[in-house]
Amino acid sequence: MAVIFEKSVPGRKGVVLPSHDVPCEPEVPEIYARKTKLGLAELSELDVVRHFTGLSRKNFGVDTGFYPLGSCTMKYNPKITEVIAGLNGFANLHPFLPQLRHGGMLVQGALQVMHEFEHALCEVSGMAAFTLHPMAGAHGELTGMMLIAAYHRDKGNDKREVLIPDEAHGTNPSSAAIAGYKTRPVPTNSETGMLDVAALEEMVTDQTAAIMLTNPNTLGIFNSDIKRVTEIAHSHDALVYYDGANLNAVLGKFRPGDAGIDVMHINLHKTFATPHGGGGPGAGPVGVQEHLVPYLPISRVEKRKDNTYALEYNYPKSIGYIAPFYGNFLIFLRAYAYTMLLGAEGLTEVSENAVLNANYVMNRLKDVYDLPYDKVCMHEFVLSARRQAAEDVHAVDIAKALIDRGFHPPTVYFPLIVKEAMMIEPTECESKETLDAFVAAMRDIAEKTTSDPEALKAAPVTTPVSRPDELRAAKDMDFAYA
Amino acid sequence: MSYIANTPAQRQEMLATCGAESLDALFDCIPEDLRPKSFELPSGRSELEIQRYFERVAARNYAHLTTFIGGGIYDHFIPAAVDAITGRSEFYTAYTPYQPELSQGTLQAIYEYQTDICRLTDMEVANASLYDGGTALCEASQMALHATRRKRIVLDSGINPVYRTMIYTYTANLAIDFEEVAVTHGQSDRDRLFAALNDDTAAVILQNPNFFGAIDDHSDIVEHCHARGILVIQSVYPVAMSVLKTPGEIGVDIVTGEGQSLGIPLGFGGPYLGFMATTKKLVRKMPGRLVGRTVDRNGKEAFVLTLQAREQHIRRDKATSNICTNEALCALRAHVHLSLLGPEGLKEVARLCLAKTQYAKQRFDQIPGVEVMKSSPTFNEFTVRLPVNAMELVNKLIERNIAPGLPLGRFYPGMDEYLLVAVTEKRTKHEIGVLAEAVEDVLMQEAL
Repeated sequence: MAVIFEKSVPGRKGVVLPSHDVPCEPEVPEIYARKTKLGLAELSELDVVRHFTGLSRKNFGVDTGFYPLGSCTMKYNPKITEVIAGLNGFANLHPFLPQLRHGGMLVQGALQVMHEFEHALCEVSGMAAFTLHPMAGAHGELTGMMLIAAYHRDKGNDKREVLIPDEAHGTNPSSAAIAGYKTRPVPTNSETGMLDVAALEEMVTDQTAAIMLTNPNTLGIFNSDIKRVTEIAHSHDALVYYDGANLNAVLGKFRPGDAGIDVMHINLHKTFATPHGGGGPGAGPVGVQEHLVPYLPISRVEKRKDNTYALEYNYPKSIGYIAPFYGNFLIFLRAYAYTMLLGAEGLTEVSENAVLNANYVMNRLKDVYDLPYDKVCMHEFVLSARRQAAEDVHAVDIAKALIDRGFHPPTVYFPLIVKEAMMIEPTECESKETLDAFVAAMRDIAEKTTSDPEALKAAPVTTPVSRPDELRAAKDMDFAYA
Repeated sequence: MSYIANTPAQRQEMLATCGAESLDALFDCIPEDLRPKSFELPSGRSELEIQRYFERVAARNYAHLTTFIGGGIYDHFIPAAVDAITGRSEFYTAYTPYQPELSQGTLQAIYEYQTDICRLTDMEVANASLYDGGTALCEASQMALHATRRKRIVLDSGINPVYRTMIYTYTANLAIDFEEVAVTHGQSDRDRLFAALNDDTAAVILQNPNFFGAIDDHSDIVEHCHARGILVIQSVYPVAMSVLKTPGEIGVDIVTGEGQSLGIPLGFGGPYLGFMATTKKLVRKMPGRLVGRTVDRNGKEAFVLTLQAREQHIRRDKATSNICTNEALCALRAHVHLSLLGPEGLKEVARLCLAKTQYAKQRFDQIPGVEVMKSSPTFNEFTVRLPVNAMELVNKLIERNIAPGLPLGRFYPGMDEYLLVAVTEKRTKHEIGVLAEAVEDVLMQEAL
């Protein structure tokens, strides 16, 4: 499909703007004025609508079909939350309004949402307090690392290192490094698929500022030693960060705060069903235990004795602003609505069914694909295509063949510690019929590995493009239409 | 209501396949002593009850005020087609386009968005988005520190004061040396800025128009900095870029900004859109996703995520940034918005802003006791000095359903009597007149 600039017709307009109703015709003074041409597309409204409708048809979302992209929790996004996020009292609220009347008296509804949702997240996670400001999971991780750094600085600790399991998401080491820490990978026990506690014990020193953990981890395995990990860390005055990327597995079953976790984030676009938006916006609220509360970013919402809500800024030990305002408000508003729709029982059902669906698919595939860690999984599991790779059919080929069968592929080649990894997360929303169809497709592909590998290598054939040349993209560096 | 499809009978069947006796058995890996000490949330409720609840809560907010508040976030007109298009769930229920064959819609839209940003700023390359204007500026600072391997940053006090404090927060653990240079007559103070530079200076950070609304030509600063190997970072207001000298025209190295004014609702602070553009020379230091155009194996045009070796999922602790999820849907909104407006539409928005702002300045100028800061030209925002504390005036005007601007005292000590007034194309001559009359009226009552 042609890029939008190729469809441009000089002089065509897509919008009629409000009238010029004031007796002024100012010009920007010559020395401050733009001299270059402004090359945006010139189209009618219909042209624009058709262009983007065309593009949308080349996309695959949760509403299109099954999207078992491991670690991303591609669950259904209830439509009512879109309606709530569009309410005038939220969507058209200027974020500087709290600065116009002390304490946020003009935005009591918004502050109420924030205060109530923070409390709901505390209950879900067992943490003492939350900040809603981080705008994505990785932003939450960075905020958490800054909180940990502030804590150690305040205590006079000089600690330089963060320990991170080798199966962790890339954001973990990256967030720690950007906050100024050196990172060291901790091995995963090849028998249990869990963090190797003996190795960890040897690695933790007085230099260790923190350990970052994802539990269940990226293999979909719950680390039942988590309390031991927090004890080891705390004995060296190191803190433990919990990456809540996989919280969808354990709602109502396990709370990080109960295991001694010091600081954590929750990806609301995963567990709390806010739309992934083609890559965002998300939200990554950060929860802390009491000893880290003084360092939380400003501002914070407090409830006064008269039941009004106030934005407070006076926290001398706070790390300061990590976002200009209060985070992705319209996103956590959706997440709060989802929490209220489900309630405690509903959230528990989410995890039970997410785990059931994952185990069901795993059990129906483990005879035809290698399962490196053969035990009960949580919300996701990791298969290896190494058996197929021996026939020169790789995880990427299986992914592309799934596309032709109407499914979004799983996450492939992650976690890095499993060769030819395929990480499958069905989510709780999917029906047995959908899972059965996916299983049938995966089994068909496994069979074709020997009977018709060329067909798999040729996939996908049903899509607008097939296996774009990534090396050429990196070499050509064509990032903008010329 | 947990949006679960499977019936109890199906669940039993599935459990049998798993060899598990019950749902609980699947959680045996969680030791008893780690089970929740509490999990007390209100019971789930129906869609209708939830909608009514949030309608009541939303009504407690003062979203009905006629607003003259800006400070980087503006009440611009958003065509209905923006919501209609971005509301298509093929866009909003997808994720990061890791599988290009199923994501050509998102990928092509991002490529086109990158083109919009490049053309708006006259830069060579723009990324797929960052969280917002503030974090984008923090990322730009990190990028400059890495690219130059220097340890000092000089900031103009005309940059958004919240963004400024954010930069300090983000680098608190990195031993970076900062110097802030106050503006003079509303614009960047060249003499003091140049005096603040040394051989360890990585970057100078500027904003145009600055937080007080003043526009500037920073070309002399760019020239001076480049002669010393110092990068220039400029935070810009995208609507103003249609009529103001662009960062590319004057040789800026890294451009960032808040894209909220391009079709994104006020939304009480987010989600917004951080944009970033730079030169091809610096592209490998740039944070965030980047889409490139290539061909597929049949020679057909195709779009893919590219230069991923900069990113956390490949480079881990050596990545240029930790960003993963960005603000893709907001970038799509901005791209749709710009496509609807076109170059003439965006310039018309800018001209309306300029004209209505000038009219508002004239009206404020006629109010006894009010001083309009006029030493430098403005775009759609200007600073006035009031004869009273700005908060007091603002509170009286709210009773008349007007939000007259942003009091500056909170951000700039000693500026309690200053108000920052923003006027967009949405404000009418009548509304501006009502504002001016109300201010005059309130001040007269104060004087009595």
